[in-house]
Amino acid sequence: MIQLVFNEARCKGCGFCVEFCPKKIVALSEGRNNLGYNFATTSEEEKCTGCALCAMMCPEVLIEVREVK
Amino acid sequence: MTKGYQKPATLEDVPWHFCPGCNHGIVHRLCAEVVEEMGMQSRTIGVGSVGCGVFSYDYFNFDGIGPSHGRAPAVATGVKRVHPDKLVFTYQGDGDLAAIGTTEMVHSAVRGENITIVFINNTLYGMTGGQMAPTTMLGQVTTTTPRGRTVQQAGYPFKVAEMLASIEGSAYIARGAVFNPAQVVKTKKAIRKAFECQMAGLGFSLVEVLSACPTNWGMNPLQSLKHVQEKMVPVYPLGEFKVVTERSIE
Amino acid sequence: MSEYILMKGNEAIGEAAIRANCRYFFGYPITPQTEVLEYLARRLPEEGGSYVQAESEVSAINMVFGAACAGARVMTASSSPGISLMQEGISYIASARLPAVIVNIMRGAPGLGGIHPSQADYFQSVKGGGHGDYKLVVLAPASVQELIDYTILAFDIAEHYRTPVVIFGDGMLGQMMEPVVFPEADIRPIIRPWATTGMEGRSKNIIHTLYLPAADLENHCRELYDNYADIQAHEQRSAEYFTKDAEILLVSFGITSRVARAAVEMAREDGIKAGLLKPITLWPFPNAALKQAARHARLVISAEINMGQMIEDVRLALPDKEVILFNRIGLVPNPEEIYEFIKSKAGEVLNHD
Repeated sequence: MIQLVFNEARCKGCGFCVEFCPKKIVALSEGRNNLGYNFATTSEEEKCTGCALCAMMCPEVLIEVREVK
Repeated sequence: MTKGYQKPATLEDVPWHFCPGCNHGIVHRLCAEVVEEMGMQSRTIGVGSVGCGVFSYDYFNFDGIGPSHGRAPAVATGVKRVHPDKLVFTYQGDGDLAAIGTTEMVHSAVRGENITIVFINNTLYGMTGGQMAPTTMLGQVTTTTPRGRTVQQAGYPFKVAEMLASIEGSAYIARGAVFNPAQVVKTKKAIRKAFECQMAGLGFSLVEVLSACPTNWGMNPLQSLKHVQEKMVPVYPLGEFKVVTERSIE
Repeated sequence: MSEYILMKGNEAIGEAAIRANCRYFFGYPITPQTEVLEYLARRLPEEGGSYVQAESEVSAINMVFGAACAGARVMTASSSPGISLMQEGISYIASARLPAVIVNIMRGAPGLGGIHPSQADYFQSVKGGGHGDYKLVVLAPASVQELIDYTILAFDIAEHYRTPVVIFGDGMLGQMMEPVVFPEADIRPIIRPWATTGMEGRSKNIIHTLYLPAADLENHCRELYDNYADIQAHEQRSAEYFTKDAEILLVSFGITSRVARAAVEMAREDGIKAGLLKPITLWPFPNAALKQAARHARLVISAEINMGQMIEDVRLALPDKEVILFNRIGLVPNPEEIYEFIKSKAGEVLNHD
């Protein structure tokens, strides 16, 4: 089981994680964070394979990908 | 494919000031990851620059210095001569390295100084609002080339990696990009190779990273990645330009 | 047991730096100081140190910045135009509170000028030179022995106050040979808990000079000046000759002070009550000693090899005295010239009543 954690308060909505997720499970939110951006989030964490391409492309280092038993 | 990702201990847990989609964030992260993976956090001294990357010493979690504009390779030379056993690298943009700092850059390579330069090439001056850089491409509009750069006005774009590869003291010179995960992996490998080249005492190393500047290019972040891939790579080809794996000391 | 040896000024500076535990030197050839580089290029590797010939004085001063950040005792040397190139780097070194020693063997100026002795960089080092609010400690030796003694002192002052120190020489001092004796080397360990040496066993150290919030910059500048006030209170240095009853007071530094001293002695033989105050620290300027030495003076003569620079500080310290300039450019005056000048002025000033 993969835990996908976005530090939403730091997201600037660049969209890289959305673009490069091979499972297309990351999207930008409807609402905005305190910085004023639509932030990256997922509602399909159970489909995450832990490839961490999102974290690899994130310029804010705000994504953590954890394998939990 | 390895599973999981955690922020490296070599990065401070602070928000960064970069624009949305700025490639500085990715390259800062790669440098920090490589330092951590090499087990060098307590033996690394980073030398920053003046530009959008000016806060690198606040973002990295290892010793750091904020030098004057363009002079990072000279500062790094001073540090490395005092601590030849430490990893000393600079992190510079195109104004800092390829304009005002060209002398320091070239002569660090000439001396074969055992330092590494990480060079962020976004074809303009970011922090000051998007002026021409020596790396600006022909026809590119910037605030000081409002009709597009022409040869008559400002000459040709400066190919730093190619030039440094011609200097004998250079031991590892490469150019990468970070516009997709495959390139990120390749660029990280290049940074690692450069750091290892330094620790092996083989001489000067530089990794040029073609980087997006969405704000000053007037594009959204995803468009700016495409711009690097489609417009910059033909002018600044990716690859390794010099690889020295051993030297005989004369 | 130390013996006297005959040594050239520039080389004596190099050896003095080594005795002061300096093991890193970065410089660029320029007449009349190039022998400092050549001497250290030979000696530093013998002591396990490093000599780097930089590609310009701009690079050299930034290498100094790096080595000082890295915790080492470091020196550079240059001459007037090269010191001009170093100004930005010096501003950074001062702001970052880095110990460093900068030697200026002055030459004719402005522009390319010439390679003759000069004292025309006083404004540059004492009043600023680089951008922003900062001060440099400036030491003015007048002999090869003083080049040695003040170079060693410079490293101690720089370390103690965490501030750059300038040694003011000139083309004559740099090139002349005199018998000198070196003190025993005092190699104390250099302890700088703030240096960027790699964060083994501690949290990270960073050294920079950027203070974007206004309040941070104001605090920083006030701290710099608290340090300078401390230096002003404790490090003023000068020497005096025949000042107890001097009616004509010469004020002169460096090589010119030796000539002025000879002229004062000639004047005394002639019955003129002349005296000399020789500032050793140009910053902090020895105001207290100068005021005391000038207490009986009817005339003060600032003798310099420039168009009148130190004279402004003399006038600032002595607002109620008449202060005039004796100056030459491009050469060291001889004692007769200064003596004749004193004599001519003595006639006007001392026979008034």
